[in-house]
Amino acid sequence: MSFKNPTLLCSVALTLSGLLAGCAYEEPAGNVVVVEVAGSSTVYPVSARVAEAADSAIGVKATVASTGTGTGMERLANKECDITGASRPMKDAELENCEKNGVDPLSLKIGMDGLSVVVNPQNDWCDALTTAQLKKLWEHGSEVTTWKQLDDSWPDEKIKLFGPDDKSGTFDYFNEEIIGEVPEGQSPCREDYTPAVQDNVLVEGVKGDKYALGYFGYAYYVMNKESLKIVGVSNTDDAADAVKPSEATIEDGSYAPLSRPLFIYVNKEALKTKPEVAKFVNYYLNEGQEAVSAVGYVKVPEATLEAAKASVAEVTGK
Amino acid sequence: MSDPYYQRLQRRHLTSKIFAGVCLISTWFGLVVLAVLMTGLVLKATGTWDPTSTGAAKATENWLTPTLLTHQISADPEKAGMIASIWGTTWLILMTAVMSVPMGVGAAIYLEEYARENILTRFIRLNISNLAGVPSIVFGILGLTAFVRMFGMFSEASAIGIPMGIGMLKVPLPFGKTLISGALTLSLLILPIVIIASQEALRSVPQSIRHAALAIGATKWQTIWYQVLPASLPGIMTGVILALSRAIGETAPIIVVGAVSFISFNPGYLESPTDLVSDPNVILQIPASPYTVMPLQIYNWVLNSPDPEFKNVASAAIVVLLTILLLMNGMAVYIRNHFSKRLNW
Repeated sequence: MSFKNPTLLCSVALTLSGLLAGCAYEEPAGNVVVVEVAGSSTVYPVSARVAEAADSAIGVKATVASTGTGTGMERLANKECDITGASRPMKDAELENCEKNGVDPLSLKIGMDGLSVVVNPQNDWCDALTTAQLKKLWEHGSEVTTWKQLDDSWPDEKIKLFGPDDKSGTFDYFNEEIIGEVPEGQSPCREDYTPAVQDNVLVEGVKGDKYALGYFGYAYYVMNKESLKIVGVSNTDDAADAVKPSEATIEDGSYAPLSRPLFIYVNKEALKTKPEVAKFVNYYLNEGQEAVSAVGYVKVPEATLEAAKASVAEVTGK
Repeated sequence: MSDPYYQRLQRRHLTSKIFAGVCLISTWFGLVVLAVLMTGLVLKATGTWDPTSTGAAKATENWLTPTLLTHQISADPEKAGMIASIWGTTWLILMTAVMSVPMGVGAAIYLEEYARENILTRFIRLNISNLAGVPSIVFGILGLTAFVRMFGMFSEASAIGIPMGIGMLKVPLPFGKTLISGALTLSLLILPIVIIASQEALRSVPQSIRHAALAIGATKWQTIWYQVLPASLPGIMTGVILALSRAIGETAPIIVVGAVSFISFNPGYLESPTDLVSDPNVILQIPASPYTVMPLQIYNWVLNSPDPEFKNVASAAIVVLLTILLLMNGMAVYIRNHFSKRLNW
């Protein structure tokens, strides 16, 4: 077999070499730079709203991926996103990972969430739980299976438990606050409950069973108020001290210990070199606060916000 | 009447009828399930009836509106559309088809027509069958390492341009979370299915056709191109349709290789398909663009949106997805019939 057509041969060779060598690509002028946001599914609804508003208001295009806090941190460290949302502070190991790749993250508090403990609306006995009761109920190897075991006056019916799975920042936060330190390698909480990555699954579960109990972010309770009943949480041993999560109690910190801060972590280098990222972050900290309350979370106090803006200005040098 | 032959005959006829009945039920079972699913979805999407409503949710609104097809995603269910994901899926499947079909059919032709039967080819065949059974998330992880991160070969993200006549084709290095990575991953995912289906189709072409062609002096290439391929095309097309339909519905590997949940622009920043005519070189921007796909959009509306109304929007989006799937399959069946008609031995 031989090639009879030299032109064909040449063009094939040219295309191949073009493919292999390529040329440095120059972005056409006026091309859009996209801000890439990843991270926690708890922060996702806020970021998506901010991205939607920022597109029409200041013309900054952003994409938001709902990956979970852990994967978001990994992407930030790998420079695969500019901003990542987090429902808990960055862990030491994650910070080390960032430093190893030369990524310097800037932490900004963008809102507050109250982890809400909910029961079915038909549940007419349980209005409040103490943290001790929650610990007894959720801790590793817990022997509590019926409501009666929590309080003698409650029905002798099996509790159906719903909670986030172990990939979730919500799971980490709840266990840290309620259960505390556990031995290395042991699951922080009991394993015989129905776990779900997605909060809507938990909402459906609690909705569907009179004897159910679950916990998840405040926003999901607000959106499903009619079909869920919120339980107050008491930080003392007396259930009478219980506080129910609401905008006011989350903001002033009286809903303790289950109110938690929500963060975004920004790659400082991207903030410095990409004007779009700086614009987006500033928008997040100003008009974006509306999105925080629209989603059902609680805005951060003015002073914290000012400090956050100042730390952004320090990086961008404006 | 007590004639043993007659009794046996009756029994045999009865068996035959039972068998026909079982086959009929098998056929209808799938159809009935599909019909129930579709009816439920359409009713929910159009707000006629909501089986899951607890009474509080508004179930009277029609969600299957032009807004859904023309608008970008929004946090407000009334304004939410899925245009970015429709385009995302379209480009992703087109790119997947362009990459996987020639490669898959080529591999099948080599294995069936050229390769000698030995341990090596048997080993290859066994592995291709094995690959077809690998869970899709594994391909996602492979795609993340090999395409999105390219084994970390490039410490800084950069891009090269490949001249394509109408402009420069942008190829980011590493590929990153772009349509290229998604399409390559899906191509790997469906390649085994395409290869196996094409092999079956090639095998079903009678040997006598090949012998006849060779006997009148046709080369191997001519035999394959003019006789074997046209004859096996319907079978190959069926395999390709099934494979691409699977690719359209994949969510897990696409999330891993970085499709996003929120995006407010179409791939390549196209405003409308007419942009392709007025400014054809934007098509070269598309492969390097971030994207989302319809199943991911639906997944996100069902599970990641606190507002329960988004479940209805999701139902409407599923109807759109199924309609597009149906259109795509219909088109492929039409092409298949068109080609198989030209065949006359």
